[in-house]
Amino acid sequence: MNNSTSSRPRSTVERVNANLTKRYAKERRFKRMGLGAIIISLMFLVLLFGSIISNGYGAFWQTYVQLEIHFEPEDLDPQGSRNPEVLSAADYGGLVKSTLRDMFPKVKKRKEKRKLYDLVSSGAAFQLREMVMSNPDLIGSTVQLWVPADDDVDMLIKGHIDRHKPESDRRVKDQQIAWVDALQREGKIEKRFNTTFFTAGDSREPELAGIHGALMGSVFTLLITLALSFPMGVAAAIYLEEFAPTNRFTDFIEVNINNLAAVPSIVFGLLGLAVFINFFGLPRSIPLVGGLVLTLMTLPTIIIASRAALKSVPPSIREAALGIGASRMQTVFHHVLPQALPGMLTGAIIGMAQALGETAPLLMIGMVAFIVDVPANMMDPATALPVQIYLWADSPERAFMERTSAAIMVLLAFLISMNMLAVLLRKKFEKR
Amino acid sequence: MINKRTVLAATLAVVATSATAASRDYVSIVGSSTVYPFATVVAEQFGKTTQFKTPKIESTGSGGGLKLFCAGVGVEHPDITNASRRIKKSEYEKCRKNGVNQIVEVKIGYDGIAIANSKKSVRFELTRKEIFLALAKQVPDPKGGEKLVENPYKTWKDVNSNLPATKIEVLGPPPTSGTRDAFAELALEGGCKKVGWIKAMKKKDKKAYKRICHTVREDGAYIEAGENDNLIVQKLEANPNALGIFGFSFLDQNSDKVQGALIDGVAPEFEAIAEGKYPVSRPLFFYVKKAHVGKIPGIAEYLAEFSSDKTWGDEGYLTDKGLIPMPSAERKVFAANAKELKNLEM
Repeated sequence: MNNSTSSRPRSTVERVNANLTKRYAKERRFKRMGLGAIIISLMFLVLLFGSIISNGYGAFWQTYVQLEIHFEPEDLDPQGSRNPEVLSAADYGGLVKSTLRDMFPKVKKRKEKRKLYDLVSSGAAFQLREMVMSNPDLIGSTVQLWVPADDDVDMLIKGHIDRHKPESDRRVKDQQIAWVDALQREGKIEKRFNTTFFTAGDSREPELAGIHGALMGSVFTLLITLALSFPMGVAAAIYLEEFAPTNRFTDFIEVNINNLAAVPSIVFGLLGLAVFINFFGLPRSIPLVGGLVLTLMTLPTIIIASRAALKSVPPSIREAALGIGASRMQTVFHHVLPQALPGMLTGAIIGMAQALGETAPLLMIGMVAFIVDVPANMMDPATALPVQIYLWADSPERAFMERTSAAIMVLLAFLISMNMLAVLLRKKFEKR
Repeated sequence: MINKRTVLAATLAVVATSATAASRDYVSIVGSSTVYPFATVVAEQFGKTTQFKTPKIESTGSGGGLKLFCAGVGVEHPDITNASRRIKKSEYEKCRKNGVNQIVEVKIGYDGIAIANSKKSVRFELTRKEIFLALAKQVPDPKGGEKLVENPYKTWKDVNSNLPATKIEVLGPPPTSGTRDAFAELALEGGCKKVGWIKAMKKKDKKAYKRICHTVREDGAYIEAGENDNLIVQKLEANPNALGIFGFSFLDQNSDKVQGALIDGVAPEFEAIAEGKYPVSRPLFFYVKKAHVGKIPGIAEYLAEFSSDKTWGDEGYLTDKGLIPMPSAERKVFAANAKELKNLEM
């Protein structure tokens, strides 16, 4: 080691050794940076999920008020005809109001009465109407019924309204708080699981609004997208990769596909508006058109991923298949495609996940709309999950903030289950 | 694969049939994002209490809605468009050109535009002239004379020494919004008119007058916050020095967080707007395509629902959502128009 003081190390080993600590340090630094990046992104993810879940979990519960409703025959069906038209047109709102007046007989002034009526959701009347319509025998009987509370009362019970602020600064007045407290003491107010949220379509009353309509809209739209874009994308990729000659024309196509994958999604919306709605005359706002537009958008993604998957299949497999006498078609479908399918499925997941989160193209074709009825097929007007989130985020009522976060959770759950399915399928193909 | 193939085949079959036999059994409504919160409530009520399907409502903005509405007659075109301003002569003409000859105009009520700030800071008291001076792109030279200069005011105190010495920072809707149009017309022009020599210009050079009075400054004092009024409320909460411009319904719903500035001494409150005392308020409308009534089920019944007193009356359910009702005489006129489907003449 006496020689180490000399200016040039003699052997390669010594030169390597001299650099070694530096190289190790470099490697450690790189590893730490990578780890740091992952930790930071995880932190943001946790923060994001934390804020969404803490904002939104409340929406899965809804405050209900117990009312003792007497279905007065005099008011609902004076002739006793049980005619559906008479029953349909009866004043159920009035029934709810009179029940509330009976519960708080001291309320006399008109303004106070209005405040009292505000405790219960306007959905209570619809609920009564439905009950009577499906079972007219209820008329004349008295029923203990849980009806949804108004969104303001719901917010109060959930603690989103500060009771200690001056009365003018909150939407729930002192008198209403006193009533709610009285009801609570009697056990007539209860938080229950919010089934409405999962079974109803959109509504302007937060307590009646549900995600089901938007969910079905997304399901129909994505079914169409998947059914069209996956087979078409895979077929295009197989042709371009395995059969098409390499010439200027196929080069041109390849460049165009790559460019299309980078086109902003709103452009596809405009294209869809011009082609499917203006030219083919399809109606606005339907999942069919939404699915077609999103197909245009996801096709390039799927084609590119599928081609990459085909490229990654070793040529030896093709050569072996051809060598033992398989036709090109047999080679591709029996040997190459099964190997490439997992990669293609990954491409499809990415494309579908993109399509699921898209609102911009849907804006152009009228799927950003207020739609109450849950779509039953792909020709009914519908919105999609991200659109519903956007619409609720834009609503003035405070309770919609909670619903917005809850809708985001549903969207994420949908995305995760979709991806899980694809991962399971991929696992199955990989084993073969 | 068989599954996929059947789905594909079904899809193609549906495309083929729908292209030929297009019909619609629900009312299609487009238009203003300001009317949207009111129209949706009526539509929902209508859908739940009648045997008709719930109308579909798209929020496209007043201009966008009228464009779609005027595109023609037929099931692929909307039946009703909402507007936060009256239909323009040019739009009316375009409608006629495309065969939409008969339009019914229904005014539904009024909406106030509030200028609000966070409850954490003091309530502003502004005049329309001060709003104009603070937000217009070009203002009269503070040194005097009939000359315009680029807006020199940096703080509210510069505009009027009684106002706080905070930076002028106003969050408001973008130019595509009907709220912005109405704000420019009512608040900015209202203040602009107070300057004598600019008012005199109106007769001589209307274009220049409009340019001066309606152009909002672009040096960062006016921040376009998008059409999402909730976002403006949240931003105001985070920044107590900023002011925001949005519709009365949002002020009403968020009265625990934000307070509306007094304009010309009047606070944006329900009664003041209803009585017409609050200067920055505007009428809201919707327009109905008469040719579709009877063809698309439910239009006449939707009109009846909208124009009944339990909907738009003094104590109707729309007032709960922040709509300012019309006086009862005016309500009667428009309810009769809606019933008789009175043609709009321009």
